Amino acid sequence: MLEIKNLHARIADTGVEIIRGLNLTVKAGEVAAIMGPNGSGKSTLSYILAGREDYEVTEGDVLYNGESVLEMDPAERAAAGIFLAFQYPLEIPGVATMEFLKVALNAQRKARGEEPLKVPELLKRVKEAAGSLDIEMGMLKRPLNVGFSGGEKKRAEILQMKLLQPKLCVLDETDSGLDIDALKIVAEGVNALRSPDRAMVVITHYQRLLEYIVPDTVHVLYRGQVVRSGDKTLASELEANGYAAIVEEAA
Amino acid sequence: MNMHATILRTPAEAALIEAFAERCSDLPGNESVVIRRDEAMEVLKQGLPTRRVESWHYTDMRRLLSSVPTYDAHGHAEVLAPVLDGSVVLPMLVGAASGAAPALEGVTFRPVRDKLADGSLAQALVPQGDDDAIGALNAAFVRDGWFVDIADGVMVERPIELQNVQGGGQAHVRLPVRVGNGVKATIVERQTGAGAGFVTSVANLVVGDDSDVLYVIVQEQPETATHLGQFNAWIGKNAKLTLFVMNAGGKLVRQEVRVVAKGEGSDFQLRGVNLLAGDTHTDLTMVLDHTVPHTGSRELVRNVVTGKARGVFQGRINVHQIAQKTDAKMACNTLLLSDDAEFSTKPELEIFADDVACGHGATVTEIDRNHLFYLMARGIDEKTARGLLVEAFVASVIEELEDETIVEALEARLHQWFAEHG
Repeated sequence: MLEIKNLHARIADTGVEIIRGLNLTVKAGEVAAIMGPNGSGKSTLSYILAGREDYEVTEGDVLYNGESVLEMDPAERAAAGIFLAFQYPLEIPGVATMEFLKVALNAQRKARGEEPLKVPELLKRVKEAAGSLDIEMGMLKRPLNVGFSGGEKKRAEILQMKLLQPKLCVLDETDSGLDIDALKIVAEGVNALRSPDRAMVVITHYQRLLEYIVPDTVHVLYRGQVVRSGDKTLASELEANGYAAIVEEAA
Repeated sequence: MNMHATILRTPAEAALIEAFAERCSDLPGNESVVIRRDEAMEVLKQGLPTRRVESWHYTDMRRLLSSVPTYDAHGHAEVLAPVLDGSVVLPMLVGAASGAAPALEGVTFRPVRDKLADGSLAQALVPQGDDDAIGALNAAFVRDGWFVDIADGVMVERPIELQNVQGGGQAHVRLPVRVGNGVKATIVERQTGAGAGFVTSVANLVVGDDSDVLYVIVQEQPETATHLGQFNAWIGKNAKLTLFVMNAGGKLVRQEVRVVAKGEGSDFQLRGVNLLAGDTHTDLTMVLDHTVPHTGSRELVRNVVTGKARGVFQGRINVHQIAQKTDAKMACNTLLLSDDAEFSTKPELEIFADDVACGHGATVTEIDRNHLFYLMARGIDEKTARGLLVEAFVASVIEELEDETIVEALEARLHQWFAEHG
């Protein structure tokens, strides 16, 4: 479903290269964990997949269902089924969360040639999804992410993911800032979305999240490259020994 | 008014003088009112203010007011559904209070023509200084309006809407509002209509001690109308006044806000939203006086300017020498959406006390790229995402009002404006 081939990318403003020849393949139904020390390029990778303009791809390609996404803007990628759960969801004063959900959902439906959802149907879906994530409806009347706690923001990201039903989910450090109860709720939400026709890229610094979202494959990112791939046991190995051994190997 | 000699009158100035000559005998008022009208007219005969008058520097009335419609309204106006559901509506149609005074517990309403006829409003017709062109125009021509008197201790159950609907001619109204002590009330001043009207409207609000008043001005004149509004308020001890101003229409608009924090512990909040489009000119000018110790104020004005529209915000805060512990903050933020759009901001602090916390800031901003990316990453196309963020820029001012039904009603009007101009 996702094929990243020899990807090189740099920060557009400064020209600093962050991704340096990255290769990664994630199949439909697969949950791939991306691990790595700070500064290895994990978040940059997530932004490039979502289409953020601040990064410039200088070489290589990103294929989604066999087609390059590099010429697509973020909205087109989202409509095609790519979803990024942000590490730091943005607070947007003045945009009511519910209104945002409606506009986003219907924008994607429109891009796919589907009819817009009627308000009662939308409310029903939001209520169901919110209930399973322990999100109170009152929270959704507030402006988007404004005044939400760290945990509420992360749950709101998963709520959006549940509603939008993307095909490729990229979760950037979804565990950061969560206590153990919130982590369990979020992980349950993510696990409920695992399906044979959906792929997930779970970016995390710690193994903790992977106890709750058990990956099929684990990839270690270092200096903008995948330096080691394996199954879920690789995550435990990293937890026990740290990144040092792998990093030395790569160097 | 500026006293410079104007030998050649502009068509607008000539039309005003002619209208007064024709109409003055028909306008309501006892002898003392007639004297005030004549005095005001003498001031007007000196000419409309130009850019050489400091307080009118950005709004040169002599140049901008190209014509004035005849006094007689051939137009037609009808009572509209109120901005807030369940409001008591006091209509003014084509410049005249319409219908019987409604019943509302603890509140007395009277048409202003009665208070002109008995002379009780005469003193209030004196303009506030040489540059008070709006006060003078209104004093000369005022025909009617509604007087609102809220008794001490009344929690007014329903919002009161003062609804001024012009019909394409001239409409000059006055809105004296007396709020007693310990009152809670919401008042909406609605300025709207159809056609190229010429409107002056002067509201005088006295807020008693320990009262809490929300006053909302919704100005939605058509893009052919001239609207000159003035809001004067005096705030008593430990009283709170929140003034919300939304300018979303008009060809030539000036809304003046003159507030005196005269009771210790009083608080004034101004929230302003200017939505400016087309080939129009809109001026929001505030003068706030902190005259006693321990008073606070905060002003937040947000502007969205598109097309060839020009906007002005002048905010002047005077902190008098005895007004120690004044806490005043003023901010004006503007989003310019087209190359031809213009906005001028002039914040001024004049502080004579030495133990105060006062500040002001003015910015011209662009849409936040991170916000744009976040919305687009959810599948919202760039144009729609930008629209949402522009609307959000001003909606966040509205959301600071505490009452949810009021927030929703104002956001609906905002939404409508963006639907028409976005």
